[in-house]
Amino acid sequence: MSRSVGKEPVAVVGIGQTRHVAARRDVSIAGLVREAAARALADAELTWADIDAVVIGKAPDFFEGVMMPELYLADALGAVGKPLLRVHTAGSVGGSTALVAADLVAGRVHGTVLTLAFEKQSESNAMWGLSLPIPFQQPLLAGAGGFFAPHVRAYMRRSGAPDTVGSLVAYKDRRNALKNPFAHLHEHDITLEKVQASPMLWDPIRYSETCPSSDGACAMVLTDRAGAARSPRPPAWMHGGAMRSEPTLFAGKDFVSPRAGKDCAADVYRQAGVTDPRREIDAVEMYVPFSWYEPMWLENLGFAGEGEGWKLTEAGVTELEGDLPVNMSGGVLSANPIGASGMIRFAEAALQVRGQAGEHQVAGARRALGHAYGGGSQFFSMWLVGAEPPAS
Amino acid sequence: MASREPSVLRPVRDVAVVAFGQTATARSTDELSEVEMLMPVLHEVLAATGLRTSDIGFTCSGSSDYLAGRAFSFTMALDGVGAWPPISESHVEMDGAWALYEAWTKLQTGEADTALVYSYGKSSPGSLRDVLTRQLDPYYVAPLWPDSVALAALQAQALIDAGETDEPALAGVALRSRADAAANPHAQLGGDVAQGEYVVRPLRTGDCPPVGDGAAAVILAAGERARELCGRPAWIRGIDHRIEAHGLGVRDLTDSPSTRLAAERAGVFEHPVDTAELHAPFTSQEVVLRKALRLGDDVVVNPSGGALAANPMMAAGLIRLGEAAARIHRGASDRAVAHATSGPCLQQNLVALLEGDAR
Amino acid sequence: MSGVGSSAVLRAPLVVEFPFTRSLGAVQSAFLTGLRERTLLGVRAGDGRVLVPPVEYDPVTAEEIRDLVEVGATGTVTTWAWNHEPRRGQPLGAPFAWVLVRLDGADTALLHALDVPGPDAVRTGMRVRVRWAGERVGAITDIACFEPADGDAPVRAAVPHSGVFDEPVTGIVAAARLDYTYSPGRAQTAYITALSERRTVGERCPSCRKVYVPPRGACPTCGVATAERVEVGPRGTVTTYCVVNIKAKNLDIEVPYVYAHIALDGADLALHARIAGIPYDQVRMGLRVEPVWTEGGRHPDHYRPTGEPDADYDTYKELV
Repeated sequence: MSRSVGKEPVAVVGIGQTRHVAARRDVSIAGLVREAAARALADAELTWADIDAVVIGKAPDFFEGVMMPELYLADALGAVGKPLLRVHTAGSVGGSTALVAADLVAGRVHGTVLTLAFEKQSESNAMWGLSLPIPFQQPLLAGAGGFFAPHVRAYMRRSGAPDTVGSLVAYKDRRNALKNPFAHLHEHDITLEKVQASPMLWDPIRYSETCPSSDGACAMVLTDRAGAARSPRPPAWMHGGAMRSEPTLFAGKDFVSPRAGKDCAADVYRQAGVTDPRREIDAVEMYVPFSWYEPMWLENLGFAGEGEGWKLTEAGVTELEGDLPVNMSGGVLSANPIGASGMIRFAEAALQVRGQAGEHQVAGARRALGHAYGGGSQFFSMWLVGAEPPAS
Repeated sequence: MASREPSVLRPVRDVAVVAFGQTATARSTDELSEVEMLMPVLHEVLAATGLRTSDIGFTCSGSSDYLAGRAFSFTMALDGVGAWPPISESHVEMDGAWALYEAWTKLQTGEADTALVYSYGKSSPGSLRDVLTRQLDPYYVAPLWPDSVALAALQAQALIDAGETDEPALAGVALRSRADAAANPHAQLGGDVAQGEYVVRPLRTGDCPPVGDGAAAVILAAGERARELCGRPAWIRGIDHRIEAHGLGVRDLTDSPSTRLAAERAGVFEHPVDTAELHAPFTSQEVVLRKALRLGDDVVVNPSGGALAANPMMAAGLIRLGEAAARIHRGASDRAVAHATSGPCLQQNLVALLEGDAR
Repeated sequence: MSGVGSSAVLRAPLVVEFPFTRSLGAVQSAFLTGLRERTLLGVRAGDGRVLVPPVEYDPVTAEEIRDLVEVGATGTVTTWAWNHEPRRGQPLGAPFAWVLVRLDGADTALLHALDVPGPDAVRTGMRVRVRWAGERVGAITDIACFEPADGDAPVRAAVPHSGVFDEPVTGIVAAARLDYTYSPGRAQTAYITALSERRTVGERCPSCRKVYVPPRGACPTCGVATAERVEVGPRGTVTTYCVVNIKAKNLDIEVPYVYAHIALDGADLALHARIAGIPYDQVRMGLRVEPVWTEGGRHPDHYRPTGEPDADYDTYKELV
């Protein structure tokens, strides 16, 4: 009968990503994904033969115009003769993909799994892919920012946050990006005044408070205890991971602080034994495509009380030197290869607890949260990683 | 590439298919949206087990934006689940058989004891033969728009040239499948179906699957929970999937090493099976799969009629697992192998070994 | 409750079309540039096999491979299929054979078309040669097709090639068009049909009693079909909004304008629409609005203020 042996601990032993840019004109789709994969393997000091299975994720196939591109990518991913899974959970996909890969290890199905996520948005045009016209339906009247801006206004109304908070987040994330060689945007002459003077696209969202459109890929090697013992560098250990979904639109939906996000975080904290995330978590990589989502997610994830998230941002708590640094890498505001963005959050959290984050390292980070979301603020995936193996 | 893993995986947890539902597959369902088509089968499997959405530990689905012609099409299908309070949920851009695999993996971790798996596909809005060309190498192959029947025909001719089959034998596969489908109320094409003219020679109409819309759902449960929910659970003794190189000219189209590898790891070759549900959309592909799975004449192959009787894209693979499980549920099989495929000419294959408790 | 019979099913064409811009890796660039120059390149894999067309990554070892070789423009058919009804985008307009061809010097086969008069003129093992396109740009279609060739396969080994050409092709534009027929399903069809009479009709969930506008066929929180039709509006309340300052492509609306979420009276969630008839900077949460139709419009063109007092925040905060 069912043996209750508990989950196998999961360790991150290899991380790789591309330098995210507006358009990678020098590589094929396969070449882009391979670059991240090769770096992750090199980091883990493993070869293709060491990989038992591959889990890949990306956002809609229309972005590249290739249906189920993992079929074409099988050779490039070293997956020939191996299991290859393709995940698609909208914007949260990078995180979900990593969690599916982690389950293969935790469930003792495979020992070492390569997981990747990518988007090569320059093959088409993100707005085209996101807003294919649907007959009989009113065309989307406002673009991606127009979808989110009314929710930001609702947050401002509810919390009473001053309208400068969004610019503080953008200014912080763009400065953090200067310390991250992989970030797409490196705005060396950034100032708070420039952010605040940038055009108001979808009032209350300014141009500088929006994410770029990027080509990029991210990869991680996940392995079991035995694999971690062979790791040449300190692994990051998974202490909790969860996905939660709620419907796209429904009566009573809270777009400002969706319950799926709260429940997802609560599940991760329960698995990790975290009771006070504000004190027990050292750094957060959260999915912030528009700057105002930082204070909103701070509340949704339990780092601040309702209506209080903006106060942490305003007080500098989320700065790289603050006591709860958020988006040390520069975040989605500084690089957004859509399908990969969630995995980059997960990977950056892991880099922090491995002490491998370079110039944007948070000194002494022991536990870090990676967060992704997508769809109409409806799909959430998160993991909490630590420098120590989980208590079993 | 050789893996360093053991040749047969012994799952840490016993997980079974405890319920299966499917729509009738139809050439067109334009009176229904995807969620309207899907919802009845979700209700069917929940009712069969007495579970509510809130009782389910994990939900996973499979579908394709390219069939619908709309990005994020799966987000609206979620409406049919009733995901409130929020649920633990994921989606693969693959056939539902792989959604089942992801759900099975989740149950292996012990984080969930039950899972709802569903998939759906409406091929009717587009021209499926053209849509599927977008799966091919975007640099060297997709610009030539070789359609799915043409690629299967190349594979069929290779089998004929190798002496592994001939047109009459393929017609025999078609005849047997459609005859068996006459007893399957969900089938789109059953009974006396003419072999017809060539579509792409050597494949005739009868060698090709009907194009249709449909949906399917499965509930998985672990251990004792499975016994509570089902009189005779279909235990998943092994499940695995493998992929091959993408280039058709690189592969031996008369063989399916990925199927063989997956079957080996699923333990299919350790015990004889009485039934096989094979996802062979074209008659010629049954020839390849029978060889790879080493099925003898004593094995009942595709008693449902298989994909030649109903091939709703994204669901047809999950339906093979469901059909095999349903036969175990009702005592018509004790040990069955179920197979699903994806990609051109059987590029990617999943194999599961299902077993009923001794009677 | 009123159903919509299949005779009332709405259908409309949906075209998904884009000229995808594909950048190339070095091996792909060399191969496609070679085609432009009537030179056929392959790549040598780790096991010594010559792969044509050349791929970037070894299908056996997964290693990156770049060891280019030149192969012949003649070859042998390894399998074929007769295509008597060519489809849009395929290499030849007249009936042709799809073939996998192993070019002389290669160990793997390339997919293309073979121009022959009928299926009796094709067999596995037949000798064929490349027919080059008149105008070549560096794409797989620079091979117009194959055509029958005389003679036996020469014993020809692939010869090393630098892969270097003048003005290499670094990208292709892959135009792709797919035609769909979209039909919105039962619930949305009923909604759209009512809109044509300038009525907004939602559906009530039999379980939670919430009214969905537009109805989507299922109550998303209960997972059951909605069916009971409920007319809502026409007036409603702005629950939240943004001011759009950038002109969207394909939209003939002058900026700035207000994009708002509007809870129609009687509906349990907001729909999205434009607000006009009031300066954009005077739109506010709680503003009461009503639809403005234009002749022939399928949806209200926009909403305008009714002149009623603003709704109290508490009356709509659950809908924000």
